[in-house]
Amino acid sequence: MIFDYISSFLGAIPAAVIAGLVPMVFIIPFALFAVYWERKVSAHMQDRLGPMRVGYHGFLQTIADILKLIQKEDIVASAADKPLFNIAPVLTFTGSYAAFAAIPFSSAYIGANIDLGVLYIIGVSGLVVAGLLMAGWASNNKYSLLGAMRSAAQIVSYEIPTVIVILTLFSMVGTLNLYELSELQSSNMFNWMIFGGTVTGWKKIVLIPLMFAAFLIIYLTTLAEVNRTPFDIPEAESELVSGYHTEYSGMKFAMFFLAEYANMFAVSAIVTSLFLGGYHSPFGYLGNTIGITWLVPIEQFFWFAFKGIALVTVQMWLRWTLPRLRVDQLMVVCWKYLIPLSFLIFLIVSLLMVL
Amino acid sequence: MKQYISNIYSALATVFIGMKITFKHLFVPAVTIQYPDVRVTLPGRVRNRLYVNMDDCIGCDQCARACPVDCISIETVKSVPGEDLGKTSNGKKKALWVTKFDIDIAKCCYCQLCVFPCPTECIYMTDVYEFSEFERENLVYSYITLTKDEVLEKKANFEKFEAEKAAQKAAPKPPAPEKPAPPQA
Repeated sequence: MIFDYISSFLGAIPAAVIAGLVPMVFIIPFALFAVYWERKVSAHMQDRLGPMRVGYHGFLQTIADILKLIQKEDIVASAADKPLFNIAPVLTFTGSYAAFAAIPFSSAYIGANIDLGVLYIIGVSGLVVAGLLMAGWASNNKYSLLGAMRSAAQIVSYEIPTVIVILTLFSMVGTLNLYELSELQSSNMFNWMIFGGTVTGWKKIVLIPLMFAAFLIIYLTTLAEVNRTPFDIPEAESELVSGYHTEYSGMKFAMFFLAEYANMFAVSAIVTSLFLGGYHSPFGYLGNTIGITWLVPIEQFFWFAFKGIALVTVQMWLRWTLPRLRVDQLMVVCWKYLIPLSFLIFLIVSLLMVL
Repeated sequence: MKQYISNIYSALATVFIGMKITFKHLFVPAVTIQYPDVRVTLPGRVRNRLYVNMDDCIGCDQCARACPVDCISIETVKSVPGEDLGKTSNGKKKALWVTKFDIDIAKCCYCQLCVFPCPTECIYMTDVYEFSEFERENLVYSYITLTKDEVLEKKANFEKFEAEKAAQKAAPKPPAPEKPAPPQA
């Protein structure tokens, strides 16, 4: 889309670079805002005030933090495996950044309109696991290795219910293209997948509770994939001293941090695109009402960012509410509850679609 | 199976209850304060940094003797006759020049034991608690009102007076043994 448009007058390579950098324009301010937002949400939930000194109510705190991280010494432990140690943060960030290619931010912007968009995102998210394993192994540190192993086990097992829920949607709408999926949920809030999509009649009434359950399952599993509480045993501060990024400092640590927050938005964006109508407004568009059509994509971007940030806020909310699960509990939740339930939903929805 | 379903129910229910509680706390006013901008009002009888009102000090050394950590050190010089040191606010006559009144506040344990013996109530606890320093030496507070020169002058005055007194004593001494001498003679 944007690639085709730019390459028509600049050539393929500059177009690819520009189209590839566009999500960065969103991610970096988002990460800066999300770190601030997380600190504020956590503080107010604990009856504190959080950052207050830098800028109005500490609004520039994260910029100050980034400046601090840039100035810090880049420490590499002498016993660490240097090449892997240096690649790991880049790889982790690449994994979470690549996911943004297939996310439709509005009807006018999608990095790459891939037909298997959802599967592509699940696939490149696998790179994150590789990066975390590399970081844990290369740090030559017991805690880091333990954290990396745990995160590998966790992310791999939680991908299964995610994919089953996506399969459920696939059986309903017959497409894995996120752009088409979003377009299917247009025009009305009750066309959103969480309300049973465009299915009509008695089937919709049966579908609504099933879709709510599917939404909860995919939200939980994506939560586990980004290593957030209550599934944060890979980086458990209190038991593993932050797991795989214990040994990292300065900008490499910032890369992990950026990757984590980019990932948080990426999974929220996927859940939004799949279940919450993607970039579509629940109320119709101001641009259409007053006849300014170029306003519509901007409104769509606003709605997409709004829904994504709302889901990220719920992730933060959960983080400051729930305690961490034990490793065995984590596996029990995945293998004994989420997978059978998602499979059951898949079976019922498929039967409904056949009827 | 029943257990399985009740597990799911209780998991979801407890999560939502927890989220409700944390959501309520979002709107509870913060219990912390922005310290350098806002300060808590201290209770009336707080014990913080010591202060000595040297106008009232009579140099009696009772506070230094009461101090359990020996953080007060006082040196005094007697006044010579004719010098008027004034009176304390509760009417005691001052008779000593206080040439050294140092409190090592780094050692002070804020027990307030020095405050009670003071006959003129000139040493007391204030509500100042922000006096951190980069060098420990800076925490030794000197309260004397005399300058260094004045201290030397008072010491010199007293030594001179002592010397004079000794001289006076020494001067009539030669005649003194003479007094019993006549009966012997």
